Amino acid sequence: MFADWPILSLLIWLPILGGFLVLAAGRDAPHVARRLGLAVAVATFVASLPLWFAFERGTADMQFQELASWIPAFNVNYHLGVDGISMPLILLTTLITVVVVIAAWESVKDRIAYYMAAMLVMEGLMIGMFAAMDAVLFYVFFEAMLIPMFLVIGIWGGPRRVYATIKFFLYTFLGSVFMLVALIWMYIQSGSFLIQDFHALQIGLTAQILIFLAFFMAFAVKIPMFPVHTWLPDAHVEAPTGGSVILAAIMLKIGGYGFLRFSLPITPDASAVLDTLMIVLSLIAIVYIGVVALIQSDMKKLIAYSSIAHMGFVTLGFFLAFYIYSNTGDWEGASLGIAGGMVQMISHGFISAAMFLAVGVLYDRLHSRQIADYGGVVNTMPWFAAFFVLFAMANTGLPGTSGFVGEFMVILAAFKADFWIAFLAATTLILAAGYTLWLVKRVIFGAVANDNVAGLSDMNRREFFLMGVLAFFTLLLGVWPAPLLDVMNATIDHLVAHIAQSKL
Amino acid sequence: MNFEIPNFLPAVPEMFVLGMACLILVIDAFLPDSRRDVTYGLVQATLVAAAGLTLWLMGPETVLTFSDTFVKDPMADILKVAVYVTSFLVFLYSRPYLMERGIHKGEFYVLGLFAVLGMMIMISGHNLLTLYLGLELLSLASYALVAFWRDNSRATEAAMKYFVLGALASGLLLYGMSMIYGMTGSLDIAVIAAQLVAADESLNIPLVFGLVFLVVAIAFKLGAVPFHMWVPDVYDGAPTAVTLFIATAPKIAAFAFLMRLLVEGMGPMHADWQGMLIILAVLSLAVGNVIAIAQTSIKRMLAYSTIAHIGFLFMGILAGTDSGYASAMFYVIVYAITAAGGFGMIVFLSRKGYEADQIDDFKGLAKRNPWFAFIMLLLLFSMAGVPPTVGFYAKLAVIQAAVGAELVWLAIVAVIFSIIGAFYYLRVVKMMFFDDPQEGAEEPVQPSGALATALSINGLAVLLLGIFPGLLLSLTHYAIIG
Repeated sequence: MFADWPILSLLIWLPILGGFLVLAAGRDAPHVARRLGLAVAVATFVASLPLWFAFERGTADMQFQELASWIPAFNVNYHLGVDGISMPLILLTTLITVVVVIAAWESVKDRIAYYMAAMLVMEGLMIGMFAAMDAVLFYVFFEAMLIPMFLVIGIWGGPRRVYATIKFFLYTFLGSVFMLVALIWMYIQSGSFLIQDFHALQIGLTAQILIFLAFFMAFAVKIPMFPVHTWLPDAHVEAPTGGSVILAAIMLKIGGYGFLRFSLPITPDASAVLDTLMIVLSLIAIVYIGVVALIQSDMKKLIAYSSIAHMGFVTLGFFLAFYIYSNTGDWEGASLGIAGGMVQMISHGFISAAMFLAVGVLYDRLHSRQIADYGGVVNTMPWFAAFFVLFAMANTGLPGTSGFVGEFMVILAAFKADFWIAFLAATTLILAAGYTLWLVKRVIFGAVANDNVAGLSDMNRREFFLMGVLAFFTLLLGVWPAPLLDVMNATIDHLVAHIAQSKL
Repeated sequence: MNFEIPNFLPAVPEMFVLGMACLILVIDAFLPDSRRDVTYGLVQATLVAAAGLTLWLMGPETVLTFSDTFVKDPMADILKVAVYVTSFLVFLYSRPYLMERGIHKGEFYVLGLFAVLGMMIMISGHNLLTLYLGLELLSLASYALVAFWRDNSRATEAAMKYFVLGALASGLLLYGMSMIYGMTGSLDIAVIAAQLVAADESLNIPLVFGLVFLVVAIAFKLGAVPFHMWVPDVYDGAPTAVTLFIATAPKIAAFAFLMRLLVEGMGPMHADWQGMLIILAVLSLAVGNVIAIAQTSIKRMLAYSTIAHIGFLFMGILAGTDSGYASAMFYVIVYAITAAGGFGMIVFLSRKGYEADQIDDFKGLAKRNPWFAFIMLLLLFSMAGVPPTVGFYAKLAVIQAAVGAELVWLAIVAVIFSIIGAFYYLRVVKMMFFDDPQEGAEEPVQPSGALATALSINGLAVLLLGIFPGLLLSLTHYAIIG
């Protein structure tokens, strides 16, 4: 019944226009800005629900398509559509935006209307990017979202915010312009900017490798992979809580989404040639960055490094496909790895959001992110401690939480590829447990460390609600991932069938 | 000898502007200083009426007249309209600046109008002499404009530099033209092109010799590296209102000049001038973007940014394809609109005795006037080529042209330097949004009514053209390809 509605356009433009409305109406009235911002975010979330319910499972076709001519001179169209990969990410975006808007309720005091507007505009741009079927449209959304994020970190961030935000902008800009050249090159070859036409393009191996590297620059920076990850800890540490949540929960996923949408299907042969490199980089992220996370003294930095390590699992899952094929001669394990990576992305969206919110809760009270400033928080904030431990467990991949499902699937796929890959990947279970539980031990348990901690008050209703929602989804996905897998299966099978065919 | 009455119709806008410029010159002489707004109003009305005439005469066919020395084609029509629009904006932005400094004189507008006429002739020149005359009319008016704030020693110095180097460039241009004339026996653009196709191979070296001088002269006028030295000095030294003028509309005319000379005239020698333009483009991109980082004066920064933009412009042209020319045309129009807004912001922040020409003067603008900080943000991101502003599509178009001409390496060089370029634009954004205002400049600023409206429209146009770039892109494609 929803198939004829321009639902994707609504999801893109409602928050963008709503954001400007918040700016206009709430500039001098913080209360109006908060309420209006929440109303727009909730309305967008509600409007995104039909995507889930009306989505036709069992087909890899693009659904909810919209098509309008946009730049006829270059054959660029306003072409939207979602499949099993992008649809869950859009829902994640609309949900997390609601969380972020509520989280900013009291903690953002300066220029709240601008903050709300930036978040809402960013939401619209991110949805547009996930829904774009045209490469130029994709690129426009992909780049445009840098502007609000640049402002969010730069205006509401911590002491080194200017350094962090310029680094963030230039890193991502650097990555994406090479992708632009690659997209244009493919347009010259195919005469169209439609991403699906790029998928069908026959490209020689040298060109494929160059295109792969161009995409790699764009998406590896975004996700981020070792060794281009260094912007992330800086950006996370300096960003305000909401900015960190958006960054970790959604923006990192854009890199993963890009690998699935562009790198694998457009350059399968180059992916097959370079998969060892990708697997090695993923394993470095998992093992080395995991060790780096252990020694952090700043909570946000620790979670940021943990994000990089978890994203290593995503790229590992994606690029195992060719390794598995050359080892076992069939593509079944490949689907498992890719599906595992996808589940990991969604799950990480909930868990990292919750972890950053938890740090935000503490930061709002004591204005410190240093682990050393805390200790024995459980004594004064029992509810908070309960949630914190839950999400810490999810972060380590405890069965029953969503963190387990994705990691388990990827490790299972890795076993089909090579025992040692699986072995190294599985070390994350130990490393993540190490850095996360040690964090819990130092912050939550033990004796009350100082007078500040003794004076802490537990979470209020608003914070409780946010944590509760995220905990619900973390557990739901942990015990019952089937609905999510159902949505993705057809698309992933189609993708694997596509990359199984050489373009040479 | 037969004498034919030429077809005047295609040149009606030029004749109208010439007549009005002379008339306004006379009227202005009889006006007291307090009534200079009459001159201003007449000049703006002339631009509007000229735009009306050009639009009225617009047509898809190419018309030659005055013994084939003058051409009217869709490219000329569209570029002329772009010149009127940018000049209109420039005069509008300039008025408060001139009034506050007590130099609100009629000469500014009349010289400006003569410069507009020069640009129109450059756009429609179909003969080496017509093109040269148009260029000189524009240049002489520009020299005088830079010098017209007599009491200001920096402006006078800038005018001297501009004049000497400009005269040198004109000399080089004439020398190159005479070489071409010697080899082909004609001044007519179309005849030259035909002669070149049929030219004997032994003429190749003298022809390339002449071509080098043409390219050097064009590079001088546009400010491409290594002939760019005058650009920062003149932009910085001239009164902001004049910088605003010489940095915007003349670039559109220079694009047309380049099209007429190199593409229509020397088109058969594309392989020769392509290499020259590649060198100029790469050097301009590199020097413009890298040196801009070190600037503390925003006028100098924008001057170097212009140099970098010229590099992009060359990229579109040197591709040598119709879509390349169309993308360069799109680029130059977008550049003119964006640069007008950028310099307009400097006018807006400056006051009597305070030029606001340092980058630091933009500090904390978001606190002093959030709306115009947003407008400047749009303009800067457009210059950096970040979507959804129109500057992105300009870059997309020229990169597309370069890739289409199998110059992928050049496209990659260009994007690398545009990342470097992004840094100095970001730095201004950073100062506006993340820094506190400078001491003594904390109070809110509000531009006067007309300036505020025009700047807002200019900034929003950069955004709206970015969201709906199809029309302008189609228009430039229509102008070149038909």
